[in-house]
Amino acid sequence: MGLLNEIFIEPFILIADIPDLFIQTLWEGFVSGILYALIALGFVLIFKASGVFNFAQGIMVVFAALALVSLHTKFGVPAWIALILAVAIMGLLAMGIERIVLRPLVGQPDAILLMATIGLTLFLQGAGETIFGGEPQSMITEELGLPTGATDWHVLGGRVTFQHLDVAAIIIAGLMVAGLALFFSKTRIGRALRAVADDHQAALSVGISLNQIWVIVWFAAGIVALVTGIMWGARSDVSFALEVIALKALAVLILGGFTSIPGAIVGGLIIGIGEKVFEVYWGGIFGGGVEAWFAYVLALIFLLFRPQGLFGEKIIERV
Amino acid sequence: MRIQSLVMGVAATALAVTGTLSTAATVAAEELYVPSLSYRTGAFAGGGIPIANGFADYLNMLNARDGGIGGVKVNVEECETGYNAQKGVECYEATKGKGALVYNPYSTGITLQLIPKAPVDEIPILSMGYGLSAAAIGEKFPWTFTYPTSYWSQMSSILKYIDSNGGLKGKKIGFIYLDVGYGKEPIPLLDNLAPKLGFEVAKFPVGVKEMQSQGSQWLNVRKERPDWMIMWGWGAMNATAIKEAAKIRYPMDKFIGNWWSSAHADLKPVGDPGKGYLGANFSGIGTDYPALQDVIKHVVSAGNTQANPEDVGNVLYNRGLFNAVIVAEAIATAQKMTGKKVITGADMRVGLENFKLTDARLKELGLEGFTGAISGSCADHEGSGAVFIQQWDGSTFNKASDLISPMTDVVRPLLEEAANKYVADKPDWKGQTCG
Repeated sequence: MGLLNEIFIEPFILIADIPDLFIQTLWEGFVSGILYALIALGFVLIFKASGVFNFAQGIMVVFAALALVSLHTKFGVPAWIALILAVAIMGLLAMGIERIVLRPLVGQPDAILLMATIGLTLFLQGAGETIFGGEPQSMITEELGLPTGATDWHVLGGRVTFQHLDVAAIIIAGLMVAGLALFFSKTRIGRALRAVADDHQAALSVGISLNQIWVIVWFAAGIVALVTGIMWGARSDVSFALEVIALKALAVLILGGFTSIPGAIVGGLIIGIGEKVFEVYWGGIFGGGVEAWFAYVLALIFLLFRPQGLFGEKIIERV
Repeated sequence: MRIQSLVMGVAATALAVTGTLSTAATVAAEELYVPSLSYRTGAFAGGGIPIANGFADYLNMLNARDGGIGGVKVNVEECETGYNAQKGVECYEATKGKGALVYNPYSTGITLQLIPKAPVDEIPILSMGYGLSAAAIGEKFPWTFTYPTSYWSQMSSILKYIDSNGGLKGKKIGFIYLDVGYGKEPIPLLDNLAPKLGFEVAKFPVGVKEMQSQGSQWLNVRKERPDWMIMWGWGAMNATAIKEAAKIRYPMDKFIGNWWSSAHADLKPVGDPGKGYLGANFSGIGTDYPALQDVIKHVVSAGNTQANPEDVGNVLYNRGLFNAVIVAEAIATAQKMTGKKVITGADMRVGLENFKLTDARLKELGLEGFTGAISGSCADHEGSGAVFIQQWDGSTFNKASDLISPMTDVVRPLLEEAANKYVADKPDWKGQTCG
């Protein structure tokens, strides 16, 4: 009886008692969801173009953010020039990955490419720690012109706080998604990329350069990683611990589908909002800490009933 | 003839090589080998780097200034653990055969793995202020030490601080912790003391993957409205927690981090919003000590450190340095007691049980007022157990209290109970009798 009470009655009483906390929880979940979606977006871009699950996306987030911060704080480069240089570094990285890692592996099974991205992860970890050091660093939030501070909304006898940085994160993420959607649907390169995603051999036969497409898509994923690193880094700090947050994106991808940009957004929001609401209102039943597993359990349930995700393509293979 | 010459040549070469090796082995034996299980990489490197630097720099200063300890050079060799228990054990296995005197794991997870190995290999473990709290009971854990205090004792000191600042009775204490062995270590004590001292506990676990994403935990804090928050965090978790606390406008002067959650590395990324944040500590802050000045003169200025000069004197650097002071004092004590210059792990254990770091000795070392006096003993492997509270002013920490002794009368019986429980299912476990 006590358990039923904790599941079906107490949470709703709490929502009614402290409605501002519920609104705040939804908002925090929304922001987290958008940030999860940003990480997932990096995975989707590469998976769409090459069918590779890029295990290195998490470390790319850390590497990009550390490059930006280090250029400014250690080498004294002005923030906006450091940002441009960080973009250039991600471009060089994309070219290096295509030339050294991907090109020799064309035509190899997907598992080989996955292993290559695991190797890339280890390389970037070592390179990052050697070049930038292992200490956490503060994101150069104000230097980049990102807003700080907060605005209170007094509502239902309580207070809901909106961090200006979170609002900026949502706007930037929205612009980025819109830009990528336009790029994929309206540009020649975007259409070529979709063709490569559908069938490598067919794309090659009509003259699409696989190498060029891979550089572009890894570069785009690098920019997404940089933006993600700036946003996550500004909320906490920039350290190698950020890398593990990327694992959450795996659950987001299972929900949204590995090839769908809208899927990454919706999946991110479901997990972001879901885990916050579940932790605050039902977490006590499990002794707290449900955020650590909520996303993966939800992903598991989706795998049982809709393995292709909400927006993924149902693949039927005849054998 | 040619074959004979060849055989002779090979034999002569072999003899020469063997001779060289044996000379090298003799040279290697004429040193005090202290492995340093460090973590300069990974998610916890922010804490691991300054500690490893402080530890190595003090011992290297003794080498440069005094020619080592008792005339024998100290060889500090780092092994990278990444704060990972498995890698920590690999480091232990790889270095124990080199004549290791003592292990300082800097991880409760690694410490727990090494505790059963220590009596077998006869190399003591010094988990300075961390690890298994029950190891404070020397009769049950002859090879493990937690000087200058254990987690349980220090938690009781923090509770005493709260009690003296508005009282504990009827209060709700929030406990936010890294959801691993380290973070969970003081929970049995909190659960035990809560009904006895009349306070309530609300727990907020933070998974390793959620260290930099703690929105849910702090929404729960807002829901539970604790009067005080205590944090048992490490690495990137700390700065994120303090930023989240500032976001929900939790009063910083009611938020106390333990001695792994209140370092410059944790607060610098936070800056002004962290003003007023409290933290426990047991080692001095800054470089205004003669011993620190010697480190700067002989090691830092000489370019023989991996530390950034501006980080010398920071909380975690000084913590590592303090760890090295205890190691050095125990070595010196063991040398005096055994009459040997080059000691073994077993001798080191005796040194750890008999060193006397009195106020007078601290002054002699150039560390007057750096920490409270500690004396090793057979029965008590944690020492005084006292901590002081420090407060963040936006740019550095300042001392905010005198040393606060633990509630020994309450904690000691609980430690003894936990020690008995640990050894209960280990029939071959060897304790010791203390007179």
